[in-house]
Amino acid sequence: MESVIHLRGAVTVLGRFPALAGIDLEVAAGEIVLLRGMNGAGKTTLLRLCAGLLPIVRGEASVLGHDLTDRHQGRDLRRRVGLLGHATGLYDELTVTDNVRFWGGAAGAAAVDIDAALVACGLDGALADRLVARLSAGQRRRTALACLISRRPELWLLDEPHAGLDRDGRDLLDGLVRIAVASGATVVLSSHELERAEALADRVVTITAGTTDVSVGAAEESFLVP
Amino acid sequence: MAGKDLRIEWRSRVTTHQILPFAVLVILLFGMALDPDRGILARASSGLFWIAVLFCSLLAIQRAFTIEAADGGRDALRLSGLDPAGVFLGKAAAIAVQLIALEIVLALGVVIMYGAQITGFLLLLATCLAATAGLAAAGTLYGVLAAGLSVRETLLPILLLPVLAPVLIAATRAFEAALGGVAVEGWPWCGLLAIFALLYLIFGTLAFGTLLEES
Repeated sequence: MESVIHLRGAVTVLGRFPALAGIDLEVAAGEIVLLRGMNGAGKTTLLRLCAGLLPIVRGEASVLGHDLTDRHQGRDLRRRVGLLGHATGLYDELTVTDNVRFWGGAAGAAAVDIDAALVACGLDGALADRLVARLSAGQRRRTALACLISRRPELWLLDEPHAGLDRDGRDLLDGLVRIAVASGATVVLSSHELERAEALADRVVTITAGTTDVSVGAAEESFLVP
Repeated sequence: MAGKDLRIEWRSRVTTHQILPFAVLVILLFGMALDPDRGILARASSGLFWIAVLFCSLLAIQRAFTIEAADGGRDALRLSGLDPAGVFLGKAAAIAVQLIALEIVLALGVVIMYGAQITGFLLLLATCLAATAGLAAAGTLYGVLAAGLSVRETLLPILLLPVLAPVLIAATRAFEAALGGVAVEGWPWCGLLAIFALLYLIFGTLAFGTLLEES
């Protein structure tokens, strides 16, 4: 199967310090891969690296066919990935719709895609016109997810996506991930909600101090049960 | 980008409720400090006007990048797929629109409080547009440079004020010609402002992406 993420001995830097101690990772198209690890193990750094936000200083790194050792290719990659991180990137002074329209529109999303994203995330109706500053943490998370969906990314990078969501929100997120994968997207996520995330994932990769230990097929059976 | 920034300003009212009162306060304080001799005030009105605009520019530029600093906005911008040159021009345009609005109010204040007489309206208008374009372009460029640093609030004025000194000088000279002077003497200064704006618009369009990535 085609490799969406290929990392071999990849080392990046955070500020002036090296991060990820020569990480190896292969993710095939259509996979859902869960990154597991202690706080500070490098999960967020790995996701940011895969989004083309961090430079590669050593090793091989290719995502969606873009060679990340070439910075220009890293920038081209970003149009094709969606990163849902701890920070949402939302503007408090704009409404939910304004935010989704801005971030989706930046990636060329049509009005119909934006409306569909709002509906998919349960943000249609009164919530659509509410200022982001007046949203709860869970609603903010849903709005950020709607921004991501409207961009129709080929690679979803989700950093603790269940954080801040209630049970319905988590179910909604898991459902959207499955729909995205069924549509051809690939998903890499990190989560401390291990039971739920393992049920969602095809494969678990454990990161310890910036290196990977791959557990193949750990959650395959669970994934088959919706 | 410009529409988004202006919509945020419209909703948050920072320009109208904070920067504008600050600008009026500066003009008022200058007036009170120099009140004993209104002749001095009228002669100094051009310089005082542009110093007030310069201070307001710093606040507007800080604000433009504070918006992006909140909740991971900078990374979101890098991931957005937006052309960095477009981001630069959009942010500069939004800052310019706010500054023009402030300048209109300040100009009224200077005419009313300082007793300044407008003799070259066209020169006044052209100077405002050229100087504002230069302030916005240079400000956006240095704004993104400082925005990535933890000491951005204090660093930006130190970086930017020396760079904007030519704008202050040229705009003041052009305004002196437009306010009671000989208008034709002001046009070369206005031309200098236009060149400054053009250079920073070109440089910013080329360099903004790199500064957004590296700073």
